[in-house]
Amino acid sequence: MASNGIRDKVAIVGMGVIPFKEHWDKSLDDMIIDAADITFASAGMTREDVDAYWFGTSQSAASGLALSVPLRLTGKPVTRVENYCATGSESLRQACYAVASGAYDSAMALGVEKTKDSGYAGLNAFPIPADGTKRSLTAAATYALMLPAYAQKYGLDEDEVRFAIARIAQKNHFNGARNPLAQFRRETSAESICNMAAVAGRLSVFDCAGVADGAAAAIVVRAEDAHRYTDTPIYVKALSMVSGNGGGLIDPEFSFTTMPECVMAAEDAYRQAGITDPLAELAMAEVHDCFTITELILMEDLGFAPRGTAWQEVMNGTYNLDGSMPVNTDGGLKAFGHPVGASGLRMHFEAWLQLRGEAPEDRRIANDRSKALIHNLGGYPGEMVSFVSIVGRELD
Amino acid sequence: MRGIISWGAHVPYRRLDCSTIPEFFGSGGGRTSRSVASFDEDTTSMAVEAARPAMRRGIAAPDQLWFVTTDPAYMDRTNATAVHAALRLPESTIAMDMIGSSRTAAGVLRNACEGRGTTAVVGSDIRVGLPTSPDEAAGGDAAACVIIGDDSAEAPVVARLVGSGVATREFVDRWRIPGEPQTRTWDERFSENVYRPLVATAFSAACADAGVQSDEIDRAAVSCWSARVAKRAKLGAPDGATVPPLEGVGWTGAADPMLLLQVMLDHAQPDELLALVVMADGVDVQIYRTTDAIVTNRPLRSVAEQAAITGDVPYAKFLSWRGLIAKDPPRRPMPARTSAVAAARVTDWKFGLVGSQDSGTGDVYLPPSRRSIGESEAAMVEIPMADAEGTIVTFTVDKLAWSPSPPIVFAVVDFDGGGRMPIELTDVDPDDVSIGDRIELTFRCLSETDGIANYFWKGRPVRREQHHGE
Repeated sequence: MASNGIRDKVAIVGMGVIPFKEHWDKSLDDMIIDAADITFASAGMTREDVDAYWFGTSQSAASGLALSVPLRLTGKPVTRVENYCATGSESLRQACYAVASGAYDSAMALGVEKTKDSGYAGLNAFPIPADGTKRSLTAAATYALMLPAYAQKYGLDEDEVRFAIARIAQKNHFNGARNPLAQFRRETSAESICNMAAVAGRLSVFDCAGVADGAAAAIVVRAEDAHRYTDTPIYVKALSMVSGNGGGLIDPEFSFTTMPECVMAAEDAYRQAGITDPLAELAMAEVHDCFTITELILMEDLGFAPRGTAWQEVMNGTYNLDGSMPVNTDGGLKAFGHPVGASGLRMHFEAWLQLRGEAPEDRRIANDRSKALIHNLGGYPGEMVSFVSIVGRELD
Repeated sequence: MRGIISWGAHVPYRRLDCSTIPEFFGSGGGRTSRSVASFDEDTTSMAVEAARPAMRRGIAAPDQLWFVTTDPAYMDRTNATAVHAALRLPESTIAMDMIGSSRTAAGVLRNACEGRGTTAVVGSDIRVGLPTSPDEAAGGDAAACVIIGDDSAEAPVVARLVGSGVATREFVDRWRIPGEPQTRTWDERFSENVYRPLVATAFSAACADAGVQSDEIDRAAVSCWSARVAKRAKLGAPDGATVPPLEGVGWTGAADPMLLLQVMLDHAQPDELLALVVMADGVDVQIYRTTDAIVTNRPLRSVAEQAAITGDVPYAKFLSWRGLIAKDPPRRPMPARTSAVAAARVTDWKFGLVGSQDSGTGDVYLPPSRRSIGESEAAMVEIPMADAEGTIVTFTVDKLAWSPSPPIVFAVVDFDGGGRMPIELTDVDPDDVSIGDRIELTFRCLSETDGIANYFWKGRPVRREQHHGE
């Protein structure tokens, strides 16, 4: 299978994220306009300067009209994109391809989600008429399936694994406390998380991503045009997407200790970017920590730790802000919050800040490696879409 | 020769200890316990569970399926068709509801014995009663299936109806307003008085019809909503012939006559005379004579053995399961109404749990898939999975998801011989689940939205020993 990539053909020249929080006083349109405005300003462009738009939202709106009307775009193509929780990254991926193809000189990807207007806890899928035989678990419960499976496979005590993933939450809250845009800005300890009541399997509420409203956007242009807009563009090295075949839910070989879609997307992205030693070449990673157990499994799926050892690396602080491989330096979904359609772009925003040296001083990574990995997924263990990109501040 | 060729029963797993009722209300209850249909069971799903063991032993598809209940899930449409679908019966089998009373069950059973073709009769009932009422403590939930047909080598007749007697009379000893949960009852002493001569009349008539003397009866069973009236019925059969009702179950309404018949059949020896006495709006007596075949053609598990596998349900939960106490639901949306169109396309999957199997690789797909994962282009064939057993690979307890009775206990199950399914578990306490536990499948009602019952399958622990989960 060919997956040629568009290494160094496209650059991000502007990004913007509005605070992720419970925006009781902001409508979807308000969030779209706010995120678009700061992103236009970031690139020094206007809505007229951007040739085409990709609009990502999982469930808050439908069609390109939801973007073109509030922004009052005239004569512009707007494509609505949806790919579960990877919607934001998918919108960026499509915008990058549009520019790389030569069809447009510039494109904006904007992701948004209004989660707090439903009155329900968590995220809710709108009902598609169906035969009633599909499971109706929460996402938390489906990811909770991985904890006992991981402990069993590697001969660990469940409490040991439970404590390790609480440390992931502790780390992400530590980072989020240093992020003025994040939903949760209070540090917490692994011990206190372990003492909380479980809501799904062994997971407590503090093992789950924050449910927030929010919006984020990026503007991309051809790499050779990037310096017209900024002195510090971020180049797209790899964009990979794998949509699963659902095999994990029917295949007895599937162990619930790995997410094959993520493994495949990472391998593809490393190949596109020419990366052979991720731990040595990547400065940082933003990964899809929808639940703490997800981040643990991802450390192995992305090649950051040998199988069965990520929990030890977590305990060693490898992925901490001052660790050798900082992960989710902005707080991740856990502390930054998870407005579904915006999250993928928010992850890229952190790479944008860190690689350009613009992250707040108290959460700036120490290493000077030039590339970052972004991982964003949607769906459930056994049946998911997975996105991996690699961006860098230098042309190879 | 025509007669009973098979039988099976379903007594729900849960028991209510009726001595806990006064702790809650200060009155009511009793010293007994009763069977309680789980929140995900209705009379239709229980009928499926009773018919499955009856259908299991090479019994040919019946020509008729008659479903008897006093508590149908639907009015104005047939409930028996869901049972028909779950049993994967052919379209040529007629499936019909017989709605009414325990008398209906007795009458339908007799008609099946006197009719032609193979007939499956399923009685199923959920008894509610108002809190603290005698009906609440004395009622029980269950389903029972008896299959009647012509004698054959594959399915020999184990007992045949040799005589019957009826005494019909109009009087009001119990009644229920359609749509209300509770049956109201008149003074039991009135019932005792009114039934006494009717029992004598019907029993004599049945013996005469069978050409036997009343003292030749080997076993007798009496079904009546009032245990007091049943106990005091004077049959004329020898002392000690009357079998006691199932312990800790209660009177199960439309299921009761066939449940009692099974209690007798489960232990009867060849050439015995069994008398079934049903006291409901008169008295119906049926006398059966067993054949030699009964010794080798019993179900794998007797109804008493099945009824001994129990787990308690707290009284407050019982009340909420029956809709008598409303609980604050999880702050999650209810499941959407099941699409009748989508469901009609997948009847074999949804009701029969039929998956697909790659005829080349042997891989099993649940739900059925038109395409294989991997290289195989081999044809897909049907694979029925309802009787499969499997092992828990991993599991979770979801306290957040919407459920009529949170939390949802959910497991990934690998079936013996192939196939994996993520599936909700039932009849289990969340703390009692472990990786490696054995799971069997059970037909349930997942939810009900807009009055549409969403039937599908769940897993439950395989329990071969008795008194689990107490």
